[in-house]
Amino acid sequence: MPSLTQQTKLKRLEENDIASKSSWSCSLLSRKEVHLKIGELKTDVGLVKNLEFSIGKMHEETWTEPMGPTPFPSLTTLREWDMKLLNRYKPFYLPDCDLCCLCTFGKCDLTAGKRGACGLDIAAQSSRIVLLACSIGAATHTAHARHVVDHLIEKYGHQHPIDVGGLNVKVEAPVTRLVTGTKPETLGDLEDVLEYCERQITHCLSAAHTGQEGNYLDFESKAFHAGMVDQVGMEVADIAQISALNFPKADPEAPLIQMGIGTVDTSKPVIMCIGHNVVPSVGIIDYMKENKLDDKMEVVGLCCTAFDNTRYYDRAKIVGPISWQLRFIRGGFADVVVLDEQCVRTDVSSEAERVKAPVIAASEKNCMGFRNRTNDPADEIVSDLVSGKTLGVLILDPEKVGEVAVKVARQIAPIRRKYSNLPKIGEIKKLAKKCRQCNMCQRSCPQDLGIPAALKAAADGSLTELADLYACCIGCGRCEEACPDKLPIHSFIVKAGERQMVEETNYCRAGRGAIQDVEIRNVGSPIVLGEIPGILAVVGCSNYPKGGKDVYEICREFANRRFIVVTSGCSAMSAGSYKNADGKTLYEEFSGEFAAGNVLNVGSCVANSHIAGAAIKVASIFAKRNLRGNYEEIADYIYNRVGAVGLAWGAYSQKAASIAAGFWRLGVPVLVGPHGSKYRRMLLGRADKKEEWEVYDARTGDKVNVGPAPEHLFQTVETPEEAMVAIAKLSMRPNDTWKGRSIKLSHYIDLHKRLYGTIPNDLDLFVRTQADVPVTMKDEITKILEAKEWKETVIPDPTLLPRLIRKKKE
Amino acid sequence: MSFEPWQCAEVAATKKANPITKPEVVIALIKKAAHPVLVVGSNATERYMEEKLLIEYLIDFAKASKIPVVATAHMVGEFLKRGYEPAGYMSAMDIGNRLVDPEWQGIDGKGPHDLALFIGLPYYMESLILSGLKHFALDLKTITLDNLYHPHASWSFPNATLEEWSHNLKIMTSKFEGRQ
Repeated sequence: MPSLTQQTKLKRLEENDIASKSSWSCSLLSRKEVHLKIGELKTDVGLVKNLEFSIGKMHEETWTEPMGPTPFPSLTTLREWDMKLLNRYKPFYLPDCDLCCLCTFGKCDLTAGKRGACGLDIAAQSSRIVLLACSIGAATHTAHARHVVDHLIEKYGHQHPIDVGGLNVKVEAPVTRLVTGTKPETLGDLEDVLEYCERQITHCLSAAHTGQEGNYLDFESKAFHAGMVDQVGMEVADIAQISALNFPKADPEAPLIQMGIGTVDTSKPVIMCIGHNVVPSVGIIDYMKENKLDDKMEVVGLCCTAFDNTRYYDRAKIVGPISWQLRFIRGGFADVVVLDEQCVRTDVSSEAERVKAPVIAASEKNCMGFRNRTNDPADEIVSDLVSGKTLGVLILDPEKVGEVAVKVARQIAPIRRKYSNLPKIGEIKKLAKKCRQCNMCQRSCPQDLGIPAALKAAADGSLTELADLYACCIGCGRCEEACPDKLPIHSFIVKAGERQMVEETNYCRAGRGAIQDVEIRNVGSPIVLGEIPGILAVVGCSNYPKGGKDVYEICREFANRRFIVVTSGCSAMSAGSYKNADGKTLYEEFSGEFAAGNVLNVGSCVANSHIAGAAIKVASIFAKRNLRGNYEEIADYIYNRVGAVGLAWGAYSQKAASIAAGFWRLGVPVLVGPHGSKYRRMLLGRADKKEEWEVYDARTGDKVNVGPAPEHLFQTVETPEEAMVAIAKLSMRPNDTWKGRSIKLSHYIDLHKRLYGTIPNDLDLFVRTQADVPVTMKDEITKILEAKEWKETVIPDPTLLPRLIRKKKE
Repeated sequence: MSFEPWQCAEVAATKKANPITKPEVVIALIKKAAHPVLVVGSNATERYMEEKLLIEYLIDFAKASKIPVVATAHMVGEFLKRGYEPAGYMSAMDIGNRLVDPEWQGIDGKGPHDLALFIGLPYYMESLILSGLKHFALDLKTITLDNLYHPHASWSFPNATLEEWSHNLKIMTSKFEGRQ
């Protein structure tokens, strides 16, 4: 006898089947439904041999926008566009390793010009690593999207409509429309988009095989391709979950969510979800609600799952970014740990075991070595986990995950009583005396934290020095791995910083999802003319050089300068983790509307697609450029007109690499913090080479020098001060009007003076006409321009694409 | 003193930096160079030795050696605040990228640099830039003046204490000042 949940599921499947069949009548087939092969057919008319045909997808064509030149681009379709960018922003390679170890010819030493057994040199090898990283990132988001879409189709049917903002969002999938030339209307339509992504990622990955691609620029072009495909995959994942799970739909007033370890009510059973894929969490939340347990339990999340939990259920809480995993588990707060996918510590099971918290792995991508209990009765699994008979299980049915997690949490919480693995203060002081001051902890610490000195102070009785490390520690635990005495150094730091930890009580706005069309209409003109000084997207992970406060301060600085500040992922959490003088977090201080001087959180990693989507929609909705399958023209528009800059201050992952690559191809510059140098390749312009900064004036066909705007496409910055000056500078675009350029220059000069202690020495490269010069600085700047023998130039209608020149030269 | 990468995992160098066993080696290399440049990173205001900031040692060294300084990140302001004007300032990646260009005429326009000295960048960033230069700037020698061993440099000091570091910097400065 199937359970109630199973019966419900069967009923839904039947409904879906009916929905699928009914879709035939409206000529919308979701897959290759018919394949006919005839070897030999004799009829009255004649003989037919080897006839083969298949019916794939037939679209009911309702989208009247003309198809552009590049729908469903292949690996090389946009190569020419990529080369335009790559010739301007040439790769600067920073090989992490002199060797290539990818095939059995090797290891090959590629130092300083040597070629390996396959013929590859270090430039090509470095770019190959970039391609691999971007392909892994794109595959991860796309596989995430595939799981979400398959699951939602199973639950809600192929015909469930795409709705990311009702009437406020008519361009529901700008990236998908731009890249594929299709307009998805239902969940079923997303399957075809994903098939395209999957095919392209396979091609990208295959190009990295030994003896395939051999040229570094071609590797780079393919990395751009992977990044573009990644944006599509992310968009598919997010619009599917927004539509089916009723997440905030382009809502500037998405609810404020409690965030921080201090917000978790530890008197209740706590379920902790880690990862990025909301599907198992939905099972937990639904079960909790159905059984009226939502007042009696806490569901908290880490990393992007936290965001998507709160988009589904605004009483879920955000613990914090990825780097909080160890401190939350060791602190004993979690009664059950549920893992989905991506950015999950792979040693969670052993960490959880030490605090007697059972683990449920809920993703095929991340089985953790646990036995698959998907088909076992829920109560049997619960009993095994509560009794400690098994430490963890793999359950691939999200509804069963929900039932098991809730039951286990309720039963085990009174037994565990928040059992912690953190040492007592006295123990730290005692154990610290064992430290030999060998420095291996510091030498293994990515932040080079002064751990030996802090341990010495602890041995002498002061924990202040250890507590001071808390804010900068990224929670990797490498110090412990390196310690010859196996001192639990990370736990020392967490315990010493416990007060800071439990006082983390902040607010983060739930991910709003897409940007409304009307918001784009309102800001399109001032963005393109330069009067809104820029869009700053602060995105990505939490591998910060000195803690998350830098993210908060950068966001606040630029919101106060009337930039549109967009956040996502772990950076969105860090942005909300500090308060102003009035005790307000960033999301309480600033509105969530996509408008000048606001701070808006779009959501989880996959919601990054809405940031790209906003830039695309400026071209499409405001400037009325054709969007459909028209990638080059839209990217050219964004590159020359939309002053958007990405900042991934703590980027660490391959997904962050592919997200950045998607923005590069769209012509949006990306900055990374110092750890981002480990991506091993920058894309840098040369401001000192004047000849490299020419564009066409689309009005006349003349070549016009527009200066290094933007100067770089991908750059590591070393300090927050450098990041702020670079953001202001990278916001300039060739199309800025004199008024817009004057505003942008004001910000650049002001920040430069404040943070660099001097006026910029490159103003002659950015002032095009006297009118560009900020009025209040006229005398000072005029002197500089005269000294540099500056000459006035024109403000063109800029493009890199000769085909967009309206009046051809004879 | 240890000639092992300061960050334990930075071991993937087949061509490793020559060890600098005493500061006189650096003096000799600088004197041999036609056009050296000193690149100073953001740790210049983070490291204290004998109640003096690293940047103060470096100003003394730059004045004595007359090597043009490129300040990275926001360090230009820190130099200016202390009455020293560096020859130029730009991001660490920009100076690395220019140094791999054999046609770049140097920070002072006097021709390509044949020796680049690095100090005060975050260890991993400096390591990567030195690697980039090792692979792509074949006519350039690099020296790190940090107290941390950098295998990707052409020449590097060993991992050393702050006391040893300040001693080395003082010796180098005094040699150029002609005091020793």
